[in-house]
Amino acid sequence: MRKRIVADFAWPLAVFGTLAFVPKVGWDIPKLFDSPISSPGTLNLLALCLVFGGLALTYDLLFGFTGLLSFGHALYVAVGSYITNIAITDWHWSFAEAVLCSAAVGLVLPVVLGFVSLRVSGIAFAMVTLAFAQAGAVLVDKDPHGWTHGNEGLSPDYTKLPSAFVGVFNTKHLYWLALAYVAIVFFVTRWAVESSPGRIWQAIRENELRVEVLGLRPRAYKLMAFVLSSFLATIGGIVYLLLNNTSDPSVISPNFTLMLLLMVVIGGAGSRWGAVLGGIVYYYLDNRLGAVGSSSTVQDLPHVLRTPLEQPLFLLGTIFILIVFFLPGGIAGLAARGRPRACAGSRRRFAPAARSVVHRRRRSPNRRRAHEYGDL
Amino acid sequence: MSTFIVLSITGLGLGAMYFLIASGLSLIYGLMGVLNFAHGAFLTVGSYASWWMSEHAFHDVSPILLRFLLGALCGLVAGAVFAALVELVLIRPLYQRHIEQVLVTVGLSLAFVALVQGIWGPTLRPYAVPGWLHETTTIFGAHIPNDRWIEIATAGVVLVLLQLFLRRTRYGLIIRAGVENRAMVTALGINVRTAFTLVFAIGGVAAAIAGVLSGVYFSTIDPGQGTRLLIFAFIVVVIGGLGSLGGSAFAAVVVGLLQQYVNFYASAGIGDIAVVLLLGLVLLARPRGLAGAFAT
Repeated sequence: MRKRIVADFAWPLAVFGTLAFVPKVGWDIPKLFDSPISSPGTLNLLALCLVFGGLALTYDLLFGFTGLLSFGHALYVAVGSYITNIAITDWHWSFAEAVLCSAAVGLVLPVVLGFVSLRVSGIAFAMVTLAFAQAGAVLVDKDPHGWTHGNEGLSPDYTKLPSAFVGVFNTKHLYWLALAYVAIVFFVTRWAVESSPGRIWQAIRENELRVEVLGLRPRAYKLMAFVLSSFLATIGGIVYLLLNNTSDPSVISPNFTLMLLLMVVIGGAGSRWGAVLGGIVYYYLDNRLGAVGSSSTVQDLPHVLRTPLEQPLFLLGTIFILIVFFLPGGIAGLAARGRPRACAGSRRRFAPAARSVVHRRRRSPNRRRAHEYGDL
Repeated sequence: MSTFIVLSITGLGLGAMYFLIASGLSLIYGLMGVLNFAHGAFLTVGSYASWWMSEHAFHDVSPILLRFLLGALCGLVAGAVFAALVELVLIRPLYQRHIEQVLVTVGLSLAFVALVQGIWGPTLRPYAVPGWLHETTTIFGAHIPNDRWIEIATAGVVLVLLQLFLRRTRYGLIIRAGVENRAMVTALGINVRTAFTLVFAIGGVAAAIAGVLSGVYFSTIDPGQGTRLLIFAFIVVVIGGLGSLGGSAFAAVVVGLLQQYVNFYASAGIGDIAVVLLLGLVLLARPRGLAGAFAT
């Protein structure tokens, strides 16, 4: 028991506490970052990495812990980013009101959409969430009320933003905000998955039919996970808005959700550290691989080799496929492999969950579905 | 009235493309339980292969119709080969691990779009077709672009051919049986895996046809087209009922028409949202799609 408290609270607190001192570090790490760590550019990159770590963890709550494969998570990030932005810029609300408003939407919208989309499960659920997110993307793009500025993106009215988060000199505040976000998501997730509904989420992931047979209603529990994860994503969207200082349509594109999925799988589905690390590593690589692509070493390569290397998404997609094939637990699975067996097996902290999500979950529902559809 | 006819025919043309994509998706899902996110990539292979061959290999072929047809044929072959390779190399090793199969196709679709973008750039490429395709035919006072007829006719032919294949051939029988109960088919000593590759190849051809037709419809091709059309094909598959070809065909027509009507009579873009609303309503009323009502 004591070991658990150390592992679940003391270690994370120590790690987040140490990360809080990063803006005070003046080191220059030439290969990894363009400028010294305490410079605004690098701090901004690090802050974005942290936000994506948090967002990936909210997605992990759905995919890794509950076994819900959603393709529409970006919608809720966009709710945070766009509604806050529209409220202060187009409706001239104060920042606090705007945040409250988007948080309220981030709570109500997933209840409604989750209620509808959880009527189906498995792959159909994935497609339905994708469709809802697409409806949001169309709204942002077509911009019927002249609020979102369509493809150009919307820059917030900076006079309404809290002054501590505006300007290059305040980048370190943004970094701390991002760090606070990922820490909050981390501890909320810890609390949620260890609560009694949280245990049922994991049971649903392993075998939904069994949960049903036990007399519980999987759908209500799945809705709970869906709403919590979407709400946290909305909060992340607000932080993302402050960091990026703009809301643009990429935040609601299907690729944004797929990116979160890639982060979680690369890090290790069903593991808190894994998802956060996956988000950080993915965003960092996505950002830095572009620089590698335009470096002189790559530019001197023959055309056949150069073209793929210039595309970060091609490289990340390939890495992702390789991880799915050869490293099913992601980074966290790799860490678990290195640990002594008794420790890893006693509690599945670095859960080999990606594999178990994949292996066990769908067997019976699928066979059932095949029957239900009857002949072709 | 003439506007209505134009909208209807255009909606049917769009529905034809949705059906071509959805048919492959639906068959693959029905037989293998794989949600193929890389289906958009099959479409891109079809459109880019036909475009590239027609621009480079068949540049000198004189009647532009022949050049277009040769290019389209190459596109279809490329689509089939690519899809079969995807099944053999990426899907087969992950047999029965459905989520991992989905993940691999997600990775493939992202990587592939990025690769196409790296090679041919993100810009729109003009797609050469015979001139008469862009002329119009007048029916009941409505001027209808000729390419719409081609799209509708092709989708109709594909639907009939697929049904004939599924109902009259031995492999069709195996596929139908596999959709219903794969374990039993395997237990009877029939190699279902060949059917898997076959279904992927068929899906690849249908998606490649959709790729060629999307080039004809929009007059241009770009790397993101596959993904954009794929989203609506997903909606069609869910509305129609996963695994049902007839359901997909019906849903494709409904979705295409609804999108066109609402986009015109309400406001541009609302049609897409109306389609999503329809999806929500269908799910509330019939969580398994329309397949029960319109079985094959």
